Amino acid sequence: MKPSRLIIAIPYLWLALLFLAPFFIVIKMSLSDLAVSIPPYTPQLDLSGGWEAITAYWAALDLENYTWLADDPLYINSFKSSLIIASVSTLITLAVAYPIAYALACSPQRWRALLVMLVILPFWTSFLIRVYAWIGILKTEGLLNQLLLSVGMISDPLTILNTNTAVYIGIVYSYLPFMVLPIYATLEKMDWSLIEAAEDLGSSRLSAFWLVTFPLSLPGVIAGCFLVFIPAMGEFVIPDLLGGSDTLMIGKTLWVEFFSNRDWPVASAVAVVLLVLLIVPIVLFQRQQQKLSEAG
Amino acid sequence: MRLSRRASLSRCSVVMVNDPNFRPWDDPNTKPLIDIQNVTKKFGDFTAIDDLSLKIYPKEFFAILGPSGCGKTTLMRMLGGFDAPTKGSILLEGQDLTGTSPAQRPVNMMFQSYALFPHLSVGENIAFGLKREKMPKADIKIRVQEMLELVQLSELEKRKPHQLSGGQRQRVALARALAKRPKLLLLDEPLGALDKKLREATQFELMGIQEQLGCTFVIVTHDQEEAMTVSSRIAVMDQGEIAQVAPPETIYEAPASRYVADFIGDVNIIEGRVSTTKENAVFLDWHENEVSLSALSDQSFTIGSTAWLSVRPEKIQIYKEPPQTNNAIAGKVLDIAYLGNVSTYHVELSNGQVIKAQETNAGRSANRGIDWEQSVWVGWSTDAGIVLSQ
Repeated sequence: MKPSRLIIAIPYLWLALLFLAPFFIVIKMSLSDLAVSIPPYTPQLDLSGGWEAITAYWAALDLENYTWLADDPLYINSFKSSLIIASVSTLITLAVAYPIAYALACSPQRWRALLVMLVILPFWTSFLIRVYAWIGILKTEGLLNQLLLSVGMISDPLTILNTNTAVYIGIVYSYLPFMVLPIYATLEKMDWSLIEAAEDLGSSRLSAFWLVTFPLSLPGVIAGCFLVFIPAMGEFVIPDLLGGSDTLMIGKTLWVEFFSNRDWPVASAVAVVLLVLLIVPIVLFQRQQQKLSEAG
Repeated sequence: MRLSRRASLSRCSVVMVNDPNFRPWDDPNTKPLIDIQNVTKKFGDFTAIDDLSLKIYPKEFFAILGPSGCGKTTLMRMLGGFDAPTKGSILLEGQDLTGTSPAQRPVNMMFQSYALFPHLSVGENIAFGLKREKMPKADIKIRVQEMLELVQLSELEKRKPHQLSGGQRQRVALARALAKRPKLLLLDEPLGALDKKLREATQFELMGIQEQLGCTFVIVTHDQEEAMTVSSRIAVMDQGEIAQVAPPETIYEAPASRYVADFIGDVNIIEGRVSTTKENAVFLDWHENEVSLSALSDQSFTIGSTAWLSVRPEKIQIYKEPPQTNNAIAGKVLDIAYLGNVSTYHVELSNGQVIKAQETNAGRSANRGIDWEQSVWVGWSTDAGIVLSQ
């Protein structure tokens, strides 16, 4: 084999070992049944039993867990709630990120590198610590309430922590750079004489934005939305730390199934469904990126 | 339908830019389309335009010419409304444009980068301005077709800008800028991105379109050949000021200053002192032991003042024997450049100055029997040169 092929083989091997193989294990687990054993499911493949053992093993696999998921409203509601939380927080992130990206693209050249670094700066701290920090800010006697009370905007502390609001704040905060950077990248490439041309041809500043700037930044907007929506959909840490007991998200449900209920087969089925649901936006995202690279 | 469209185009009166009778700037009764009054533009401490006044008349093809950084682009951007003058005002048909946005002006611009909207098709690009002024859809369709025909791109209406060649993009940009029938069209280095052949062809096409529409064009360029070819008048700019405004032949044959003479084409400039003046001929002492040189001038000179004689290389003849012309100077051939249609001789005079003389190669043999290091005479008639005071 040529050395160049060997080098190409390494990432494929990596993907096969660390992504495909575990994925098949999870699929297999989702087709198994719960059992009081280690690991906590049956059947286990026993090759010493010969061909008969293998056929018996195959026969024991079924889709029971999936029908269970469909029947129990808990799971459907978790999926629905995750979808809503991920969609809404993606839209909020877009609304917050677009002006930031626009300001970055309009800032003087010599400031840009620094400003972009400031957007990325939070990544230098652990994600978990940053989410914990929000607890300190949002809790009843937290920084935010103290501030609002001291300036007299409220008379009673607000309950934000352990509500869906806190989850939205956490997701928007955490994923903001993923939205800002792709939008900034498209805006930064834009020829600003296009805006002057639009104004010259009779558009106001605002309509020039909607007719020219926004459509041209759309690839960045779409990329950013996918980059926020996809991880937000399966988010676990943020709803677990900031959300309340009534905050339903599929990531949390998954965790509860795995670690509280120790029902690995059902948890695996949840994971597989989540993945299948996410494949749709992921494929769409890939297509969009491919179209861009072909056009560019 | 087709007929009426043609009719609407031909309704515009046809004025030839190169028509010698088209001289609205000489007629005190003609109202200028654009009246730039004492405009100054400062960017911080830098003065881009310094107390500039200029009148541009309807149906002119007006060129603003100058090296980069002379303020020509700033002047154009102020006409378009993208920059506001620091002082002074710009009037369009007598109305002050101060405070009106680019969108409100009956002025359109063809950008140097063309600035075509990449997400819109050729037809949508051209229709962009028409849609903004809420023109009925049917009329927009007719106008777009008309503009496409004008720039000969009717087949490409559905294409996106990235599917076009540079020359095609340039035409779309022109069609888009003309679609709203502006009173004034600004062209910012419109042909800069095209190769030489295409540029020359497009220059003539631009003139044709301008004549057909009868609209006023203001072109900004650093290419003097382009300015000479297309324009009815040229404003030569120097560091935020206008050095001269005149028709191309005046700029070339009667430059107002050494700067203008030097900027347009090739020129020999000989410094000297005015010895005598006779009618409109001025005699210059330029070097001891040499005869005085003579040339014409409209200006009056005091005897003894410093002046400069400017003469174009193609007006200088080269001789092997002392000639009978007025201005004959002996020299030595330093260099001969054969350019095909012409040959340029670099002749060193007794004071060390090098004079360029350009001879047309009328025959197929460029050999005049003149060689390197040979002693020769250069000469020109009194009316070939001009004496400048600055």
